[in-house]
Amino acid sequence: MSNNSAVVQGEDHYLNHSRGLMSWLGTLDHKRIGLMYLFSVLLFFLMGGVFALLIRLELFKWGGHNLVDANTYNKFFTYHGAIMVFLVVIPAIPAALGNFILPIMLGAKDVAFPRLNLASYYIFMTGALFAVLALFLRGADTGWTFYTPYSIRTNTTVLLVLFGAFIAGFSSILTGLNFIVTIHKLRAPGLTWMRLPLFCWALYATSIIQVLATPVLAITLVLLCMERILQIGIFDPKLGGDPILFQHFFWFYSHPAVYIMILPAMGIISEIIPVFSRKPIFGYKAIAYSSFGIALIAFIVWGHHMFVSGQSELANFVFSLLTMFVAVPTGVKVFSWVGTMYRGSIHFNAPMLYAFGFLELFTMGGLTGVFLATLAIDVHLTNTYFVVAHFHYVMVGGTLMGLLAGLHYWFPKMFGRMYSETAAKIGFWLIVIGFNVTFFPQFILGAQGMPRRYWSYLPEFTFLNRISTLGSGLIGVGFIYTAYYFYRGMRSGAKADANPWNAQTLEWKTSSPPPHENFHETPVVTQWPYEYLPEDTSMPANLR
Amino acid sequence: MLQEETVIHHHAHHFTSANHEFEAAKQGMWIFLVTEVLMFGGLFVAYGLFRGLYPEMFHEAHQHLAVHMGALNTVVLITSSLTMALSVSSAQKGHKVSSVRYLVLTLILACCFLGVKYFEYSHKFHDGLLPGGFFTNTEIKSPKASLFFSLYFMMTGLHGIHVLIGMGVISWILRRTLRGEFGPSYYTPIELVGLYWHFVDLVWIYLFPLLYLVG
Repeated sequence: MSNNSAVVQGEDHYLNHSRGLMSWLGTLDHKRIGLMYLFSVLLFFLMGGVFALLIRLELFKWGGHNLVDANTYNKFFTYHGAIMVFLVVIPAIPAALGNFILPIMLGAKDVAFPRLNLASYYIFMTGALFAVLALFLRGADTGWTFYTPYSIRTNTTVLLVLFGAFIAGFSSILTGLNFIVTIHKLRAPGLTWMRLPLFCWALYATSIIQVLATPVLAITLVLLCMERILQIGIFDPKLGGDPILFQHFFWFYSHPAVYIMILPAMGIISEIIPVFSRKPIFGYKAIAYSSFGIALIAFIVWGHHMFVSGQSELANFVFSLLTMFVAVPTGVKVFSWVGTMYRGSIHFNAPMLYAFGFLELFTMGGLTGVFLATLAIDVHLTNTYFVVAHFHYVMVGGTLMGLLAGLHYWFPKMFGRMYSETAAKIGFWLIVIGFNVTFFPQFILGAQGMPRRYWSYLPEFTFLNRISTLGSGLIGVGFIYTAYYFYRGMRSGAKADANPWNAQTLEWKTSSPPPHENFHETPVVTQWPYEYLPEDTSMPANLR
Repeated sequence: MLQEETVIHHHAHHFTSANHEFEAAKQGMWIFLVTEVLMFGGLFVAYGLFRGLYPEMFHEAHQHLAVHMGALNTVVLITSSLTMALSVSSAQKGHKVSSVRYLVLTLILACCFLGVKYFEYSHKFHDGLLPGGFFTNTEIKSPKASLFFSLYFMMTGLHGIHVLIGMGVISWILRRTLRGEFGPSYYTPIELVGLYWHFVDLVWIYLFPLLYLVG
């Protein structure tokens, strides 16, 4: 399985193929574009994280005092939500890791449309620029959901944020389009559909959602912008319009968007678990097809965000029932992963630790989702911290765990060096413990009735809120530490060889970091990538 | 025919042949058109909802649209789709001059469309038939009539922007055709612009009856 030609000419790779700032800003290389996305997304993650900490600091009520006034607090959670959703969790895995890994996994030299790929990056940054610009003007205080009619009336600069999200949406659409064509047209010889790595399947399902759902958000945001500019009244009850229509439109995109966030993370987990269990993946077809099952159901459950918005009883009932179906393909995946690990030879390296983190936290997020899908329970829990805790378990526990798992897994491939495994373990426990300390109390707070998005709360909620704030500090420390050891790894980590994890997908058959055109010779695929033999339980010695 | 001449056009490094590249580009364009359908879809859903809520208002308001102008524009756009298709087919056969001629005709027809639209819009402005808050017309008795014109301007406006973009890309391929870049072995851009232009035409085919012939 070794590819010697890669090792022989190992000196020339995509990082040193050409030099200078312009060789990055104008690059058509999917690997470099992937890295530019990655660092941009991490920068926005830092920004969104600072707003999260500000929210928690305010809610600590230090000495019974407020840190900021209520209006500023509204801007904090709006920015935290908008940045994290539109600029971090949606693009993080597909645009950053997907861009880097997908073409190599397919044995291709690049994505189908490299120029479009670069354009997508600049479209994304332009959108982000508008959103961030609003921050320096009068901000935005609508929450990331921009519910009408408040978003029509507020005198903040919500227009810029809307416009920014509109533009960034096109980046998402074009990336999805690019990936679909890439997967169809650029698979290496012998790479049949049933030999396709599961990360590719997951990205395919994600791309379908990006392509089908995002245009609806685009038109919704255009109409909302027009409400503010031309008072068209479509969402404005004062002019005969319907604010509930906005919610339908918004969630028609934003619910499937949750699966844009989670499906690629599931794809990463599907890659990591067989490698670190040294066993063939259990239920390959079931995992591949369940991604499409999730993508399909994603489009018919949006109404569960609107159980108390004035939908008909019948609609509530149908949406509640359909929502519970999401648990079926999700369960298929979770049990397949557990089945893969069963009697495997499990290696607790950082990628696998994060895969475990994903399994634990995402399952909690998913199961509380079933609670919320239950009508009678949802009426009690709507707009409480229970919902906040639920979707943070899904987005942080799911997407972010998946992202971190993928970052550790592919770090040696991207930079040709190893991170420190010990440091990674410390970082993992800081983040996971910090996360649970932050968000588990929020389940209790929500069940007790503490509403979300409020600047103040009843005195009996003080203790749990303070615990939650302490936890958020721990997460912050964990991420700073993670950034630190990644930086050290990039600078001075041990040299990584082509296949440090002894894995079988194509990206491990080229050198680390890969050459400019990914492979010196187009690889020919002869088997599926999960053929781990029972007697081959080994990892390279230094990684056990 | 295609296979023999692939050698002439140099394809990008990540494709195995010019035909491979063409197939990928075409698939990408079709997916893009799907996204366009969904984008307009939002407006059609809003239209359906409000028409269901206020059927009498829609009936009364639509009488203030100029059916003859809408009908004229329908003929203009369908004809432009024909000239576009003829231009693509000329390019495929290597008939540069007729390809150019048909592209210019398509551009002229697109201008006609926008010209008619200009007269329609100015008439609406004059009568105070404006979206939402700017609606000042007093002739229409049904309440909430401003919503009809909000939808009218949003739907035809978004379509008009697509016509403008179409004119931009048609001018671009016209320039490239004049430079002799297309022929039987390479005509991807002109084929894709053709697909886009037919889509723009198709949207109008739906807008015309929904807005002008609603009664």
